[in-house]
Amino acid sequence: MSERRIGKTANEAFAEAMRQINPDVVAAYPITPATEIVQIFSQFVADGKVDTEFVPVESEHSAMSAVIGASLAGARAMTATSSQGLALMWEVLNIASGLRLPIIMPMVNRSLSAPINIHCDHSDSMGARDTGWIQIFSESVQESYDNLLQAVRIAEEMFLPVMVTTDGFILSHCLELIESLSDKEVKEFIGKYQPKNFLLDIEHPITIGALDLQDYYFEHKRQEAEAMIKSKEVILKVGEEFGEKFGRNYRFFEDYKISDSEVAIVVMGSTAGTAKTVVDQLREEGIKAGLLKLRVFRPFPAKELKEVLKNVKAIAILDRSDSFNAVSGPLFSEIRNVLYDLEERPKIVDYIYGLGGRDIGLKEIRGIYQELEEIKKTNKIKTLVQYLGVRE
Amino acid sequence: MVEGMKKKLGWRQLAPGDLLGPATSLDFETGDWRTQRPIWDGEKCKNCLFCWIYCPDSAIMVKGKKMVGIDYRYCKGCGICAAECRFEAIEMKNEKGGGND
Repeated sequence: MSERRIGKTANEAFAEAMRQINPDVVAAYPITPATEIVQIFSQFVADGKVDTEFVPVESEHSAMSAVIGASLAGARAMTATSSQGLALMWEVLNIASGLRLPIIMPMVNRSLSAPINIHCDHSDSMGARDTGWIQIFSESVQESYDNLLQAVRIAEEMFLPVMVTTDGFILSHCLELIESLSDKEVKEFIGKYQPKNFLLDIEHPITIGALDLQDYYFEHKRQEAEAMIKSKEVILKVGEEFGEKFGRNYRFFEDYKISDSEVAIVVMGSTAGTAKTVVDQLREEGIKAGLLKLRVFRPFPAKELKEVLKNVKAIAILDRSDSFNAVSGPLFSEIRNVLYDLEERPKIVDYIYGLGGRDIGLKEIRGIYQELEEIKKTNKIKTLVQYLGVRE
Repeated sequence: MVEGMKKKLGWRQLAPGDLLGPATSLDFETGDWRTQRPIWDGEKCKNCLFCWIYCPDSAIMVKGKKMVGIDYRYCKGCGICAAECRFEAIEMKNEKGGGND
């Protein structure tokens, strides 16, 4: 066992990663369940363990605005938030991506008010899915830590902001044995930040954020779309390099026993761990069950998902948020879209689950696979979208 | 005019993000926004330079601490200079038919 093996919650692991990243500027405002990240980090600042300029601001809108300012000035800048905090940042999230700023942000998934609730679902992240941020989801504390380190490289190579999510309380407050890297390994892996154009470069004065009307706005947005497309290569490259160096490989998604599977679940975040256990049990019973854990939601790996899912007979999407579009959850819409081009499409259903932290266990997931088996046999879908475990 | 305004650049040619060189507003002449034109009377002017302080477009031309005229390339005709002038040395007139330059 490596001496770097330590017990950490996802919040502690994020804070530890931030200490090792040693950003130039961190501006943050506390919010449950993400508070600990910057609370622990501010202690690192007070103890002189990092060189960071820490800015305790008065809101999340200000936190994101401050890191945007810092990033424009040429700094490696970070913040952290959750739920209402991310919602309050929404306006400025688009400015970070539109100005192509490589801001890195741990984001702890929590439901949105109202009704007020502090527990996990993915409504907050999904609300920011079209803001031009790269979004990486984590299954475990280990992945939260690893993803945040990779996010630095991805952001700074693409000049795009990256949020790395972890599930509120389920991971943010749950102790897990993780393998952390040494400070030296992190420093070498992330490298030194080299801003291209920045305001404090007085030798090369620039104008940033000028009015951009009918004649140029569209071209800038096309550039942003291209950056998101290009970021796919970088995400894979960084994930592969991380794997080579530290033994844990990362791609757009993890396909778990899916290559020969007939029934499969697609899910993001911590629920993937529970589902893997069910897959193992079902495999022992002779059922060809598989699992696809989506890690990178933005950019959406459409082509790659299509390739992996095309031979599955029946697929259930687990959506930990609702789009309130009178159709389905957001992950279902996107995956179903991916399958449209196939000559023979798998049957696909949606389960909206776990809103406001409602627990999901082996029994519920087993029930989903049973229903998929039924769909496989009959080739008929009884209910396209279900709200898992909601009382009538 | 800045380079990009002469021939419109495609998205592949632009610098990433909303990024431009410095002082591009010099190339953007806002004078044609004007519906009212400030007319300056050098006889009444005491060179207090209140108009220069207040002008939001830096359109008051000054040489050797003395007001020498209004830069109609940038003046949007807001009338702040005329309102601030203590000596009635600046008068707003309708842009069409009222100008003197």
